[in-house]
Amino acid sequence: MNAIELDDVSLTLGGRRVLGGISFAIAAGRFVGVLGANGAGKTTLMRAILGLVAPSHGAIRVRGQPATRGNPAVGYMPQVLSAAPQGTRLSGWDFVASVANGHRLGLPILGREKRAEIGCALDLVGAGKLARRPLAEISGGERQRLLLAQTLIGRPQLLLLDEPLISLDPHHQQEVVELVKALQRELGITVLFSAHEINPLLGAIDQVLYLGNGQAALGAIDEVITAPVLSRLYGSAIDVIRVRGRIFVMSGSHDVEHEEHRHEAGHEHAAHEGHVDHV
Amino acid sequence: MFEYDFMRNAFAAATIVALLSGSVGYFLVLRGQTFAGHALAHVGFTGATGAVLIGVAPLWGLVLMTVAAGVAMGFFGEHLAQRDVAIGLVLAFALALGLLFLHFYTAFATQATTLLFGNVLAVDVSTVYTLLGLGALSLAILAIISRPLLFASLQPELAEAKGVSLRLYGVLFLAIVALTTAECAQIVGVLLVFALMIGPAAAAQQWTSAVTTGVLLSAGLALVEAWCGITLAFYTDWPSSFWITALSVAVYLLAVLPRRLRALQPV
Repeated sequence: MNAIELDDVSLTLGGRRVLGGISFAIAAGRFVGVLGANGAGKTTLMRAILGLVAPSHGAIRVRGQPATRGNPAVGYMPQVLSAAPQGTRLSGWDFVASVANGHRLGLPILGREKRAEIGCALDLVGAGKLARRPLAEISGGERQRLLLAQTLIGRPQLLLLDEPLISLDPHHQQEVVELVKALQRELGITVLFSAHEINPLLGAIDQVLYLGNGQAALGAIDEVITAPVLSRLYGSAIDVIRVRGRIFVMSGSHDVEHEEHRHEAGHEHAAHEGHVDHV
Repeated sequence: MFEYDFMRNAFAAATIVALLSGSVGYFLVLRGQTFAGHALAHVGFTGATGAVLIGVAPLWGLVLMTVAAGVAMGFFGEHLAQRDVAIGLVLAFALALGLLFLHFYTAFATQATTLLFGNVLAVDVSTVYTLLGLGALSLAILAIISRPLLFASLQPELAEAKGVSLRLYGVLFLAIVALTTAECAQIVGVLLVFALMIGPAAAAQQWTSAVTTGVLLSAGLALVEAWCGITLAFYTDWPSSFWITALSVAVYLLAVLPRRLRALQPV
């Protein structure tokens, strides 16, 4: 069974067509890197798979069923840049635990079984001790670990991770990628992992889903990260240069993916508050 | 002091309101919506003056106006960025209405002071029962929605993906905040609602790291501050609202200062 199928899907956001008539299928158990420039539709695609954005055309299926909100088989890590509530000493544990049965009415008091599941998820990402500290006092990399543990609650079969590497230094980026890879293997789940740059994901991902120009290309790294495919997706002449196991996507003399990364720093807030990067 | 009826009424009213405002306040601080509580109190003043103008008990004017304003804020201010604008607009319009009511009815200066600063010693038995009914209703709704509300407060994007309606819980919660504001105004007046709703909750969040203990501590602190405030008012003859507010500020400083001082010291 395929984890995700898109059949001639068009997505529109704020009157602008983000993706136009794309079709692909991602087999279960794959680790897929989702790449593309700002505004290429990475977040919008994930929100569509979650059932939060309805396609203007075509159909999206998740594990054979139409994409709907609240599918317990799908875990999601939003692109959150200021997750810590200010002025509180709320622990990471309580933050992670808020997802457990979070959609159901009642008091936020958890039974033994749910508490054990949260402990288990925290242990899987190596954050058992970390979770006892106040959320406001932990570093960006540590917070990503907690958010990752949160996605695992409810034992999802598909994880959608929206830019987990944002605002992390290269060392912590590598840690997060390795952690996700280990989880994906151990739990045998499908992972969509969006990023600005392909290099931190090399060696971990099975496939690349590259978005651009309203289109998408899915395949192995060597099939997708090529001059002809990327020239089509960026709508301009692209060179792909490989140096000592690293890949540089160049338009003329500048590195397209790297440029994106630098732009992002200045737009973090705007992007978070209203998905401005896709409007 | 319990041989007096007005003292028994004051303690009963303070107990009901403190338990409610402490619990609601915890979520209000957690959601970063303390300004909403402040705004609702001001809007409530307009409702209360309007009620007096047409000959109705001010409490019902407070309840009606704050709930309407809270629901309006919840509907219009879904995103954080828009929330300030929505609250500001509602507040401006409410104050304009208050001005109009004052224009029509100019002879209620003492009534206005009671509304602004509260007078828990003047609460009668029937008001205590009204507070009990509204308080029990508000606490029951809060208890029922507390889990999705907590989820939506801490991780809104994820909660939305899991099927939690951010708007529904935003509106419901602000309606509860509105009722709590109206209740608080009976004890400390609309200008000092912060003392009972925000002070204990903010202190509790400094001292606890878990939600359940935080809510319990917040309600407990509000209760102790209200009881001690009324007792001090009885023996000093100073206004009870002053004592409650002073205690609330003192407890908050006690919660915040030690950590701030430690942070200032060289390692």
